Amino acid sequence: MEIFGVPSALLGSQLLVGLINGSFYAILSLGLAIIFGLLNIINFAHGAQYMMGAFVAWIALTKFGINYWVALLVAPIVVGALGVLLERTMLRKLYKLDHLYGLLLTFGLALIFEGVFRDQYGISGQSYPVPELLEGGVNLGFMYLPIYRGWIVIAALAVCFGTWFMIEKTKLGAYLRAGTENPQMVQALGINVPLLITFTYGYGVALAAFAGVLAAPVYQVNPLMGSNLIIVVFAVVVIGGMGSIMGAILTGLGLGLIEGLTRVFYPEGSAVVVFIIMVIVLLVRPAGLFGKA
Amino acid sequence: MHMKKLTTLACAAAIASLSGVANAQISDGMVKIGVLTDLSGTYSDLAGSGAVLATQMAIDDFIAEAKPNFKIEMVSADHQNKADIASTKAREWFEREGVDTATELVTTSVALAVMKVAKEKNRIALMSGPASTPITNEQCNDVSVHYTYDTYSLANGTAKAVTKQGGKTWFFLTADYAFGQALEKDSSAVVVANGGKVLGSVRHPFPASDFSSFLLQAQASGAQIIGLANAGADTTNAIKQAAEFGITPKQSLAGLLMFITDVHSLGLKSTQTMYLTTGFYWDLNDATRAWSKRYFDKQKRMPSMVQAGQYSSVLHYLRAVKAAGTDEAGKVMAQMKKTPINDFFAKNGQIREDGRMIHDMYLVQVKKPEESKYPWDYYHVRQTIPAAEAFQPLSESRCSLVKK
Repeated sequence: MEIFGVPSALLGSQLLVGLINGSFYAILSLGLAIIFGLLNIINFAHGAQYMMGAFVAWIALTKFGINYWVALLVAPIVVGALGVLLERTMLRKLYKLDHLYGLLLTFGLALIFEGVFRDQYGISGQSYPVPELLEGGVNLGFMYLPIYRGWIVIAALAVCFGTWFMIEKTKLGAYLRAGTENPQMVQALGINVPLLITFTYGYGVALAAFAGVLAAPVYQVNPLMGSNLIIVVFAVVVIGGMGSIMGAILTGLGLGLIEGLTRVFYPEGSAVVVFIIMVIVLLVRPAGLFGKA
Repeated sequence: MHMKKLTTLACAAAIASLSGVANAQISDGMVKIGVLTDLSGTYSDLAGSGAVLATQMAIDDFIAEAKPNFKIEMVSADHQNKADIASTKAREWFEREGVDTATELVTTSVALAVMKVAKEKNRIALMSGPASTPITNEQCNDVSVHYTYDTYSLANGTAKAVTKQGGKTWFFLTADYAFGQALEKDSSAVVVANGGKVLGSVRHPFPASDFSSFLLQAQASGAQIIGLANAGADTTNAIKQAAEFGITPKQSLAGLLMFITDVHSLGLKSTQTMYLTTGFYWDLNDATRAWSKRYFDKQKRMPSMVQAGQYSSVLHYLRAVKAAGTDEAGKVMAQMKKTPINDFFAKNGQIREDGRMIHDMYLVQVKKPEESKYPWDYYHVRQTIPAAEAFQPLSESRCSLVKK
């Protein structure tokens, strides 16, 4: 069977691959959306923090023999802790200023992080093996699905919806959302808002690092791996609506699918399709698909 | 005011005439070599700081061998793979800093831009890193040398060997810019000429990190060989993901431009048995091993063909300056073209009128992990492609300098 001249098996596999990429977009844009929502900081270092997650996992494996499953927990904690340090020492001073300052600071930090890793490890990248438990693949009939790719989707969805649940359905989440709306009032009620903010930034950064560890066995671990991805992720956040949690998740997955389809029908356009959609969304709904106007 | 200027000029002239006695025709008594390369981006491992080191080694070796009566200085800069940055820097070097030659110039767009500035300012462009054939064809000029390799020689080596060994049906994964398209075009021609068939191709954006969609299309084509017409991180990611999706070893990959740095980064497990064409391998013979060991001691990596070619081209340039007794571009170019190149990199290498340096190329096959006996022991050399066959023949040249 063919759809628009493309065999349906190929189409099915492209949709699945799109969903896998969408999972990365979802985790990364979720982290950005949370940080922007509460801190009003456009975290340009997000791509670098994703890269650092992958590198921490690689260093842990090659230097200390720490396996993938432990790295999945340790790398986000290490990179998240670095994020906490940044928030305490630098970002904190910028909250009252224009967005531009936060953007410039985090952009500068991203360049520094990438530079340090490039200087240390070169640009060609390091290989991170797929964990033994997830090696191999299954034949789905229409495609051969590497088990690890399937794991990416499951892990990403679990983390995304876990985060959504925490923010929308728990008491801690209620404080967070209230802190976003009216920090003075929440502070007056006896809640430590600065601590809440530090925690949020750390968590957003940890999400990026988590995505980095997930990506390590699939892509070469390379100092520029984040900078290639971050621009697309920003577009995803803009399309979903700045600060909208569910918007970021759904848009990430959806755009992954659309990008996958573009790669079949017009591969040359697959790098720009996200931006074309961004332009259209900004014209029609300037606040984004899920944003509040 | 006028008077003062004139006096200054006269003094300057007098001083120049006095100090110029020793080196009549070396401008400012100094030869200045600029290394314009990618120090921070995708190509910084295969060129980058290693090319700067190779240049310094060439200068040191030349001083030791020839004891020249002129000074040699090196400057280097990062062109970030952007043509505008490169041409601005080259212009500044030529106009204000007395740089005599801009060297390395990885990335085709950078090379083409700097060649134009060099022609305008009558300085020399020595290119080791860039790959595309237009450098010595449509865009050729008489102050440029394309030294190490090009897309024609790569296709001619790898695509020919793989097709002859029974890889008759091909599908190309091509980086969607000038270099990738040139490589696909040159390779397709070679495949067809050797009795193979091209089933299709897919153009991916440059740079890309996820190749799964494109690889699935290549898989669906059923071609025996998937030709990778890309470079650097694109190639390594594509190879890694092809194994993941179970495409290899059922279908085989042919890396049309791969450097030893790529093999090193991916490891032998993912690259074993692949064919590739290279202008240099550190473990060819005693001379290449000796030089590479010196390089390794400083850089902690073995040299890529670009870095080895960089050394050879700079040394050849300096020898020509000494022999010609001048650093004027035209005379040095004439000397360089007239003298055969003999060092660890090239045997009887020769620079043709289109600026192409022709030398032997090597078809190599990546070793299996168990065949590799010591660090960086990566290749079986399967065939030496003689200089005369490795590069585009002058009869096919589209360069206006070639008289037919």
